[in-house]
Amino acid sequence: MSKLLLDLYKKIYLIREAEDEIRREYYNDEMKTPMHMSRGSEAIAGGVCHALPKGSHAYGTYRSHALYLAMTGETDKFFAEMYGKATGVARGKAGSMHLASPEHGLMVTSAVVGTTLPWALGDAFAAKYQNIDRITVVFFGDGATDEGVFWESLNAACLMKLPILFVCEDNGLAIQTSTKQRRGYDSLTNVVQNYICNVFDGKGNDAEKIYSLANTAVNLIRSEQQPSLLCLTYYRYLDHVGVNEDFVDGFRRTPEPHELLLDDPVYQLRQRLLKAGCANAIEEIEKQIREQVLASRIKAQEAPFPEKEELTNGVFYGE
Amino acid sequence: MESKRIISYCKAINEALYQEMERDERVFVYGLDVADKKRTFGSGLGLLERFGSKRYFSTPLSEDAMMGLGGGAAVAGLRPVNVHIRVDFLLLAMSQLMNMLAPMHYGSGGKISVPLVIRAIIGRGWGQGFQHSKALHSIFAHIPGLKVVMPTTPHDAKGLLIAAIRDNNPVLVLEHRLLYWQEGPVPEEAFETPIGLANIIRHGNDITIAATSWMNVEAYAAARIMEKRGIGVEIVDIRSIAPLDDDLIAESVNKTGHLIVADYDWTNCGLSAEIAARIYEKCMSSLKSPIARIGFAPVPCPTTWVLEDLFYPSAETLIRTIEEKLGLDKTDLSGEEIFSYENKFKGPF
Repeated sequence: MSKLLLDLYKKIYLIREAEDEIRREYYNDEMKTPMHMSRGSEAIAGGVCHALPKGSHAYGTYRSHALYLAMTGETDKFFAEMYGKATGVARGKAGSMHLASPEHGLMVTSAVVGTTLPWALGDAFAAKYQNIDRITVVFFGDGATDEGVFWESLNAACLMKLPILFVCEDNGLAIQTSTKQRRGYDSLTNVVQNYICNVFDGKGNDAEKIYSLANTAVNLIRSEQQPSLLCLTYYRYLDHVGVNEDFVDGFRRTPEPHELLLDDPVYQLRQRLLKAGCANAIEEIEKQIREQVLASRIKAQEAPFPEKEELTNGVFYGE
Repeated sequence: MESKRIISYCKAINEALYQEMERDERVFVYGLDVADKKRTFGSGLGLLERFGSKRYFSTPLSEDAMMGLGGGAAVAGLRPVNVHIRVDFLLLAMSQLMNMLAPMHYGSGGKISVPLVIRAIIGRGWGQGFQHSKALHSIFAHIPGLKVVMPTTPHDAKGLLIAAIRDNNPVLVLEHRLLYWQEGPVPEEAFETPIGLANIIRHGNDITIAATSWMNVEAYAAARIMEKRGIGVEIVDIRSIAPLDDDLIAESVNKTGHLIVADYDWTNCGLSAEIAARIYEKCMSSLKSPIARIGFAPVPCPTTWVLEDLFYPSAETLIRTIEEKLGLDKTDLSGEEIFSYENKFKGPF
């Protein structure tokens, strides 16, 4: 029990600490890449990825710091990519919005809303085609459900009975436009219930519950041979893009501090672990992660930029 | 590669697919209605029967998602061939093409490659109108990371498709509906026509026509007629739009001193402008006349055949341009049989 919680805490604290480090360093203007912060959604990436069977493939969005860190656990290439360095995950060509690490199963992330949904579809199609027992997970925001390609992909996945886990990270906002302002229906999950698909609702701030929900969803993909969809609501702490809060913009209410803590997946899990008497273990985890993140950030700052020749390298395979 | 066997362009495509699917289990073919009775105008005949619905299947009408499916399947180890019965329909998947497929190898720092083939058919004639007739190769070729080919001969229809399937990059193959009946020599065994090389399909010393797709047929008809007047027309079949083999065009222009770019597209901001610019850069001193560009009338394609005939440039357009460039009198074309697609194509699609 507490082993699971500590493992989950390790995952989500790494995300929190890495992003806090970004926020601390952001104003030095050395990380020149549009940052879409994961703060508030750590438990979704952490919980779901922890439940994924070994060898799973994941697809994500431009808001994928959490997903990248949950899938890889590494921060050296992560920070180097933020700084646009040759040692980055894509040698500086991807930046914050296109983090991927196929060797860890994180295949593609993308900054055009909804565009990785059909890639996950194709990935799951390939698994079935090749008789490989693999789960493909795709993370997307509630904004993506406005796109035709979400419905196209969902339809095809259900039709083809593909081993795919759809995870809607629902923060109720597409930039600054609320779901209420965008939807001609009440509930996404009510609509998706009509597809040949396993559908789950949940809150995105409880890593343990998400882990167990994701486990159930994955098991059903296998036993029912049909896709699963998880819709997890969470509170977006920061602006759509950038490291600041956006309450001054006036499109949403400024929450009370205690409300913020209520939605905070890292705080909530930490409190549970403290109550369970894991204070020492927590401190050890946090210390190690802080050291890891700091070392990675410094290493990234000191790393070289790509050589000029890198500009024209790799437009095509084999070049 | 020499061969005496004569088959159609359509059969050549069919054979390429069949042989590649036979060779490599990872190859599958899918798209809107590919499994219809006619199997995409005959190009898919026999594939469903031989390889089953796992590897040859019609999809929901979801071009965007189906193009993305190809990307994901390619990244996960398959070799998808995504078929669009009209180029116009492919536009629904433009974001996938330009935002995802083309840049992904570069944007992943080389970690990901996308061996996806997209076949799209250019429609023409019998009232195809403004939504069933586009070629748009210059738009596709504009995007780094995407290869674009336009086979004209049955030989290249087979060779370029096989090369595309074996390529580790996304390749768009633009087939022309009217070329489906063209017949020519094609080797029986599988072979590749290298992507990125143009081809001289007719030699001549007096003027060069660089042509794409169906315009090669018109150029051929024009060359045959001009030959009777002692004018040697050299035809360069461009066949690979991206990468573009401007060296071969330049070589020909250095010999003839005259260039007409006959592009199967609109001229504005098109491939013909790109070629003209490159040839001016490479051949300025050997050019004896300004480069001429020939393309569609600058309007959406009309449906009625009377206007449609005016919309498309023909062998006659080419002949008149050649005469103007070389300072010749007008050829009497009254006795000439200039190819008319209306003789063959009776619809419906």
